[in-house]
Amino acid sequence: MDDELAISVRGLRKAYGDNVAVAGVDLDVHRGEVFALLGPNGAGKTTTVEILEGYRSRDAGEVSVLGADPAHPDQGWRSRVGIVLQGTGEFDELTVAEVIRHFSGFYPDADDPDKVIERVGLAGKAKARTHTLSGGQKRRLDVALGIIGRPELLFLDEPTTGFDPEARREFWELIRDLAAAGTTIVLTTHYLDEAEALADRVGVIAGGRLVEVAAPNRLGNRQEALATVSWRTPEGTPESAQSATPTALVADLAARYGGEVPGLTVTRPTLEDVYLTMIGHAR
Amino acid sequence: MTTTTKPATPVTVTLGRRPGAGALALRQGRLEITQFLRSRESVVFTMGFPIIMILIFASIFDGTIGGGVKFTQYFITGMIATGLMTVSFQNLGIWIPIERDRGVLKRYRGTPMPKWVWFAGKVIMVVAIGIAETALLLAVAVALFDLDLPGTAGKWFTFGWVAVLGVTACTLCGIAISSLARTARSGSAVVTPVALVLQFISGVFFVFTDLPTWMQQVAALFPLKWMCQGLRSVFLPESFGAQEPGGSFELGRVAVVLALWCVIGVVLCLTTFRWTTKRDG
Repeated sequence: MDDELAISVRGLRKAYGDNVAVAGVDLDVHRGEVFALLGPNGAGKTTTVEILEGYRSRDAGEVSVLGADPAHPDQGWRSRVGIVLQGTGEFDELTVAEVIRHFSGFYPDADDPDKVIERVGLAGKAKARTHTLSGGQKRRLDVALGIIGRPELLFLDEPTTGFDPEARREFWELIRDLAAAGTTIVLTTHYLDEAEALADRVGVIAGGRLVEVAAPNRLGNRQEALATVSWRTPEGTPESAQSATPTALVADLAARYGGEVPGLTVTRPTLEDVYLTMIGHAR
Repeated sequence: MTTTTKPATPVTVTLGRRPGAGALALRQGRLEITQFLRSRESVVFTMGFPIIMILIFASIFDGTIGGGVKFTQYFITGMIATGLMTVSFQNLGIWIPIERDRGVLKRYRGTPMPKWVWFAGKVIMVVAIGIAETALLLAVAVALFDLDLPGTAGKWFTFGWVAVLGVTACTLCGIAISSLARTARSGSAVVTPVALVLQFISGVFFVFTDLPTWMQQVAALFPLKWMCQGLRSVFLPESFGAQEPGGSFELGRVAVVLALWCVIGVVLCLTTFRWTTKRDG
């Protein structure tokens, strides 16, 4: 087993009756990496992650998470793994501080509860009963409980669902802080911008299979894809051309128009274009 | 399972800085009690129900039953047993499905908390609330209805073991029956009819020997009847034992049946308990 790997998965399969949720996934996540599992609803993201978290059994495959098989989680392993599930686990009768303080007692090397409350942006709500929190604030509490034990590896299942744009930016900062401190992070998301903003590598999952794994800017060979150069003729008619050498084409156009090219744009496929093509093929 | 796995690399993480096992259980118990006391419905339903019942019963029937025994003295035994069953069987049978549905249990499973700590927390809560509720019930009955408390150490001892065995059996059955409910809301639909029927046939609302024989025999299969009978030996004169169906209070049989239910409860818990809902796989 490679010590540089936080997670290693080979041939992972899981079916619910006739419904195959995960159909043979191979995956490596390096220590210290931020890895995003991107895919539409029902693609197998949550099933995959919950197998890695030790919540679900698998039908076949080899899985190693922090050097152990998550199918048999022990307390030592649990204390090194932080989990933020998809919107779950409310303690209506308790306050934010009470819940976080209580959970800190489960871990051998827990972080300071007050510091964690501050860090997730709930300082103003520490004494509030959890049922009075907004959706986004409840999510922050989920994150606080995920990081209170100072995990080596943190799983986040669709962490920013229900966040407003500002809260998402703040959350991204928090994830970058954790990553900078060396925490390995595996997050699932269906937000492309989130994967692009946070992840070192993105795995696109569709129909229970990993379609591609790459750095966000290399996904679908985006960098090598043909660029589209668009401009307007002097008569005002829009023109466009696909080119592997857009710089030469632009220089050529500049020479032809004697300087400024009207309405000039040079674009490559966006992550969204690439992604939609990929999950389209998988269906 | 066709899973192939490499043997797990031993993971060495010291759990040293964490509170010890006993301290973890006490923290969990304290948290459960706090949650219970802050949930108004639980407090009113669990603590209030037996007290309201004794107020009503003692006010309606202020006479005596055979042998100069006051109604209150007879019915307090049923109310204590009902109270103990409410705080354990009903309380857990209704609340655990809610916590399972909310994902609270799933969240605990994701932490290094040892599984038994969660169960210990529930037991501590049941015992603490059970003692408080029984004490309140006795105080009300003594103050308002001239209840005679047990006069000998031996009777208090019987009170103690009948209550402990009864609560243990009901707690285990409450945890076991919680797995029957598929959603948060169905817990009370599963548990309440069971509890209500048992109360009617076990001599909580009626003098047990006034019930039809077949009903007495059905009741004898379940713990509540035996809890009531054991408590009657504590609160009623020795001579009243002759009026029991078995001709005496049959304390030995009380102990055996309640212990048997503890065993059945443990087996059911171990085989049926679920930390997650069905849709969670």
